[in-house]
Amino acid sequence: MIESSPLLAIAIPLVGGALIVVTGARRNLREAVTLVTAGCLLAAVAALVPAALKGPSPTIEVLHVLPEIPLAFHVEPLGMIYALIASGLWILNSIYSIGYMRGNRESHQTRFYLCFALSIASVMGIAFSANMLTLFICYETLSLVTYPLVTHKAPKPAAVRAGRTYLGILVSASVLLMLPAMVGTWMYTGSLDFVHGGVFGEALADGSVPPWLFGFIFFLFMYGIAKAALMPFHRWLPAAMVAPTPVSALLHAVAVVKAGVFSVCKISTYLIGVDKLAEFGQGGWLLYAAGISVVAASFIALFQDNLKRRLAYSTVSQLSYITMGAAMLNPLGMMAAAMHIAAHAFGKITLFFAAGSIYTAAHKTKVSELDGIGRRMPFTMGAFTIGCLSMIGLPPTAGFISKWMLLGAAWTTEQYFAVGVLIVSTLLNAAYFLPIIHRAFFRAPPPPSAASDESSTAAGVPHGEAPWPIVVAVTGTAACAATVFFYPSVFADLAFALMRGMPT
Amino acid sequence: MDALTPHLPVLLVLTPLFGGLLAALMPRRGPAPWIWSALVTGFEVLLGLSMVKLVRQSPQETITYFIGWWPAEYGIAYEIDALNAYVILVVALLAFVSTIYAKSSVEDEIPKDRHNFFYSIWLLAISGMVGICATADTFNIYVLLEISSLTVYTLIAMGKYRDRRALTASLKYLILGSIGATFILLGIGYLLMLTGTLNMADMHEQLMLMKAEGDLAGNRTILVGFTFITVGLGLKMAMWPLHLWLPNAYTFAPSAVSALVASTATKVGVYMAFRFIFTLFGSVYDSSATLALMAFCGTLGIIVSSIRAAQATNVKKILAYSSVGQLGYIVVGFSMANESGVAASVIHILNHAVTKGAMFMACGAVVLRMGNADLKSFYGLGRRMPATMAAFTIGGLGLIGMPLTSGFISKFYLISGALHDGKWWLAMVVLAGSLISIIYVWRVLEVIYFKKPEKRAPVEEAPFTMLIAMWILASASVILGVDAELTGRLAEFAARVLIGGAT
Repeated sequence: MIESSPLLAIAIPLVGGALIVVTGARRNLREAVTLVTAGCLLAAVAALVPAALKGPSPTIEVLHVLPEIPLAFHVEPLGMIYALIASGLWILNSIYSIGYMRGNRESHQTRFYLCFALSIASVMGIAFSANMLTLFICYETLSLVTYPLVTHKAPKPAAVRAGRTYLGILVSASVLLMLPAMVGTWMYTGSLDFVHGGVFGEALADGSVPPWLFGFIFFLFMYGIAKAALMPFHRWLPAAMVAPTPVSALLHAVAVVKAGVFSVCKISTYLIGVDKLAEFGQGGWLLYAAGISVVAASFIALFQDNLKRRLAYSTVSQLSYITMGAAMLNPLGMMAAAMHIAAHAFGKITLFFAAGSIYTAAHKTKVSELDGIGRRMPFTMGAFTIGCLSMIGLPPTAGFISKWMLLGAAWTTEQYFAVGVLIVSTLLNAAYFLPIIHRAFFRAPPPPSAASDESSTAAGVPHGEAPWPIVVAVTGTAACAATVFFYPSVFADLAFALMRGMPT
Repeated sequence: MDALTPHLPVLLVLTPLFGGLLAALMPRRGPAPWIWSALVTGFEVLLGLSMVKLVRQSPQETITYFIGWWPAEYGIAYEIDALNAYVILVVALLAFVSTIYAKSSVEDEIPKDRHNFFYSIWLLAISGMVGICATADTFNIYVLLEISSLTVYTLIAMGKYRDRRALTASLKYLILGSIGATFILLGIGYLLMLTGTLNMADMHEQLMLMKAEGDLAGNRTILVGFTFITVGLGLKMAMWPLHLWLPNAYTFAPSAVSALVASTATKVGVYMAFRFIFTLFGSVYDSSATLALMAFCGTLGIIVSSIRAAQATNVKKILAYSSVGQLGYIVVGFSMANESGVAASVIHILNHAVTKGAMFMACGAVVLRMGNADLKSFYGLGRRMPATMAAFTIGGLGLIGMPLTSGFISKFYLISGALHDGKWWLAMVVLAGSLISIIYVWRVLEVIYFKKPEKRAPVEEAPFTMLIAMWILASASVILGVDAELTGRLAEFAARVLIGGAT
């Protein structure tokens, strides 16, 4: 038995990517490679859980990207949660991709699977990064390797335009804000390592970094991480919805956006130090920025008729929950944020899977077209319902646990603004999700003539469920979302380990 | 090699000099001149490597070579330390790779009966550039500068066989370049008047003595000398707004010449600026006002030329304007006059050379296959010339400064330098300028990968020699970006040597 390590977790998808290219011409073999790689990756990541529960592991240094700053990796609870959901959902997403890409006869499938594997490798790099430089490098790499996925339908002008928005916002923010913040941290503290309590302690204590500068660097980091989609840096996320649904599902509901909020949490915890922020009275604004983002995005989502766009704005809102958890600047809030990273992932990927399933089977993309679709696609819409419950934060789904923790943290620390935001947004969530379920199950389907004019299922034959791999994946993720409610142990333990390690 | 070791500094210059003279005697047709040039430049790389090895054995000391054993006061001395050993190696490596690359490009663009003359001038240009880096004698710098400049004018003018606009481009460069060289000569003349010596170290010593005696306060001669030299250098290294000769010269030169000149010629100008500003005038003359002006010019240069690059429709011109912008980074870096800033300049000399070299080479391959470098010729090339376009893409990512390419390392040092003095605004302006590079690179990349080709005729991949050359540089860009241990330490060390002269 080979001992697992972060390096193995990064290497597996890279090797898988190479094999995907080699086997590109034979698609069954190629898809088998993807599935086997995903399985191996989950095993490798899961083997790291015991180490993660003990707190940050020893650092493994690889290459000296800069003379004094190496590319370095370690295992710690927060990164573990992220790695675990990304690698676990990659398996289900690959099954789903097979059904979706074949069902819709998409082109350039080898490129698609290759970029997917590379994205997962970058995600593993982000999750296990042991210093800021490593995180930054993997973060930028993730932006680049997901670009071909977003522009998958190029040369269609819409895809090219979306690609520009996507890369433009993500790279501009990271180069213009995150990079100077990182270099500033390095110049003022001489360290970019991720350690509990951050690296600023000494510099703040001896006055070489004044509190306002410390707060400014934190500000640059928070807005530099555009992947966390804190408003007004959220525009890339709805734009990225032109990509094929598996991309929206795994990357723009889980891997990429979670890379953003994960970085927010990781940097706040391990580089900046939330206790330092609280001590020096900096960073309080983030709670309000995130809270406004939560409510505003939910409000925009109310008016989106395109299902994927509505889901995208819901994602923007849910991501800001996580940022808000971090912005409470205390261990309880951070624990809730970590938990919500996992909880949101299962719910949101289910919703996207369902949206793609509807598109594949019925070629419908709008909410207003979904009347009565639950009768024809009971599994898809059943899973969709569970996903919605998780988004709203109702039992028996994962969303309930994290929302409970968030509320608990807000009450305990007497941050009534956060409490208010959570209540209002829960109502808004219900207002934009429940009507979809109502339409799907309780309204009569439209008369066949109107429904079948553009769908390929014309000829009067009503469509049924999507291809079986899609149904397997969508029910699988829905089951996960429910399972986490009953057995939250792994994620809750990791989140708790994160909290316990933090200085108060 | 041991017998040659003491003569290494001068051999570095003589090898391409006599190699170039001999190349003119080669048969006019056939591959002989090319093989000869490849051998000469290959040997030059070996010499450069052993020079670096020699310097590394005792990094604190300077290796001095007196030509004809005349003492430095009367004769010419060559001095090699960590900084110029490094720059010489960069020039030699780029010269070698460009020579390999030149084969197909020259066969295509230069008449069959002139190949021996082409390679003769080519080697002479390399000799001049290496010489500027090696010599410690200011007048010798001027002589070698003229050798390299006159040969480069000629090389650029040879682009006329493809596009007659090369002639006016070359003439413009000739006029502006000569003004620059004359200014430098005038500046050297003033200094000679003041100090009675031409040797750089000696000149510095004399000036220090005068300063100690209080003769320098309010001395106009040194002010005039410094100003002439600075403006001359600005012209030579194409610092914005003295860059007007560059865009057309790079655009219309033969492809191989663009690759060589873009990656080495302006870098040698930057090296001269290091020597004059830090080694010669350091701590003698308060250059902070000039450096502030240079920082201003560099910053504006980054922004303005990047915008021009984003407007151009000829890919070679895009790259040329981008070169002016990238030079802005180098200027901004050393104008900070702190360790990280100067290190950024030093490291960007190499990083930009490999990045831009690879891109000009890829562009030249397109010229060879499609006949020109218009944006339209790049339509859909991603599928037709995949290896060439992949190299171009890696180069483009390097220009943007994406992590894991060499450009990122330069950017990191540059921002460090700015923040070292607490200049957040400078860091922000430079980074905002660098974002424009995303626009001009992405314009080309979108065309390469997303557009349908205009003509259906099949296009062949670039010839083997071209691919080898551009991939050496493209992979160098990645390697230097993944592991900057060596180059970073070297640049930091060179920066300390230079700044040490200033304090």
